[in-house]
Amino acid sequence: MSEKVLMKGNEALAEAAIAAGCRHYLGYPITPQTEVAAYMAKRMPKIGGTFLQAESEIAAINMVIGVSSAGKRAMTSSSSPGIALKSEGLSYLAGCDLPALVVNVQRGGPGLGGIQPSQSDYFLATRAGGHGDFHMIVLAPATVQEMADFAIKGFELADKYRMVTMILADGVLGQMMEPVSLDFGEIKQFDKPWAAVGTNGGRRHNIVNSLCLEPTQLEQWNIDRYKRYEQVMANEQRAEEYMTDDADVICVAYGATARVTKNAIAMARAKGIKAGLIRPITLWPFPKKIVGAAAKKAKAFVSVEMSMGQMIEDVELSIRCSRPVLLCNRSGGMIPTPEEVLAKIEEASKMGGAD
Amino acid sequence: MARVVLFSGHYGSGKTNLAAEYALHLAEQGTAVSLADLDIVNPYFRAKDARDVLERAGVRFISSPYANSNVDTPALPAESYSIIHDRSRHAVVDVGGDDRGALALGRYARSIAEEGDYAMYLVANFYRPLTRSAAALDEVRREIETACALRFTAIVNNSNLGKSTTPQSVSATDRIAKEAAELMGIPLAATTVRADLRDGVSELIDGRIIPITLHFKEEWAI
Repeated sequence: MSEKVLMKGNEALAEAAIAAGCRHYLGYPITPQTEVAAYMAKRMPKIGGTFLQAESEIAAINMVIGVSSAGKRAMTSSSSPGIALKSEGLSYLAGCDLPALVVNVQRGGPGLGGIQPSQSDYFLATRAGGHGDFHMIVLAPATVQEMADFAIKGFELADKYRMVTMILADGVLGQMMEPVSLDFGEIKQFDKPWAAVGTNGGRRHNIVNSLCLEPTQLEQWNIDRYKRYEQVMANEQRAEEYMTDDADVICVAYGATARVTKNAIAMARAKGIKAGLIRPITLWPFPKKIVGAAAKKAKAFVSVEMSMGQMIEDVELSIRCSRPVLLCNRSGGMIPTPEEVLAKIEEASKMGGAD
Repeated sequence: MARVVLFSGHYGSGKTNLAAEYALHLAEQGTAVSLADLDIVNPYFRAKDARDVLERAGVRFISSPYANSNVDTPALPAESYSIIHDRSRHAVVDVGGDDRGALALGRYARSIAEEGDYAMYLVANFYRPLTRSAAALDEVRREIETACALRFTAIVNNSNLGKSTTPQSVSATDRIAKEAAELMGIPLAATTVRADLRDGVSELIDGRIIPITLHFKEEWAI
């Protein structure tokens, strides 16, 4: 048989997390990410791992803190309202400098919202995952293969920088099926000399803690943490560029909307409009260098999103508002059609102009 | 031809598409047919997505009023009972995936068994990671049969890799499908393939090959 299998994005992500060495999945069901938990419930008992359905999303993220403190690769997943519930734990993970993989298969909001796909947690993921000064590394898959690959990459980045990696997917990517290869090659593991695993009487205690009542010390922790964030910003910005070399109009889109946008770009090219796509793969750090460089040649940008307009702010910041940036968006569980994106590309092509 | 035809199996195996395809086939032959969507598990890619096509062809469509809506409610309409009570019509039933999905079928099982005029197909895609072997499929079979209290009568090999499917990838699963049939003591009814692959597959395997059309298209497809 072929080495590929046909998987839902949620399943591929779960299987890859297992391949990455994750043996502790702590979750709570919510549509459209429930298959992650269902898959883990089937697989973990067979490989000596732990699947635990917690009593709530908040309990699950706090269990992640415990597992990660002991130096193990820990994971939880949820969908938008459930991620909001986890925000206290996300902040505590950051305050303790603990790695973890947190998956958000986004659905429409705000409030209880709906169960159809959305990208309206962009701000939550990149700006305000919880209280206090902190960031998470945010990866945005656009295929089922990337749902798997980014689970591997996500654990590696989390361990390397002692940060939370959030995979920001959406209901489309969680539910759709595509062929996927589960051959990930060598998995990088990291020493964790900070882990609270017992001293055997041989060293000082490791303490995992985010409480610091001495303000000068707490400030220093924040400064040290932000030096690490600077390294992430310098080293980890990633994006896919698609037909951007000669493009007058650059679309910026991630995840499921990037797929729709590629279809729209083909339609635009057929009409003689030079359109291209920058697909951010890291949403934090946002690929400012790549988007900024594109402004030197392109006349106008289109931010394509399933939200009321969130990522568009990062596009404008990256190019210092030097070009017009149009918004092509749907929300509430609606997906932009290629025709809608094409209409915005056509509008953008008539705007701006070279310096 | 059984009056009630049920499609069940591991979720993501292609049950919904096959059920829609079979109902359309019956309608084209002039048979009065209802298609009941009993899937109370899967929030996306529901039979309701193909509703227009089905109803234009004359298929009576029975589905939860909440399917594909934003209400995440596992409810079935009272109309579902018509698949049992109205014996003047044929009924095609799209059962939800796995044992969890099949549980909803349980409430109709006794009536279906008493009438004794049904076929229940175990839809298999051996490229799905949890049904890669005959033994793994058998595990899913036992879980579903326990949940819905009905026995499968045959296997349909619907193995595919989505758009990457080739005649070779289909034929490579033929041996496992036959092994599964032997293990479970039920026949392999057919191998289903996308219509454009039919000729290629028929050169590679024997047995009945049924060409199918995909009824669920996506705008995010690339």
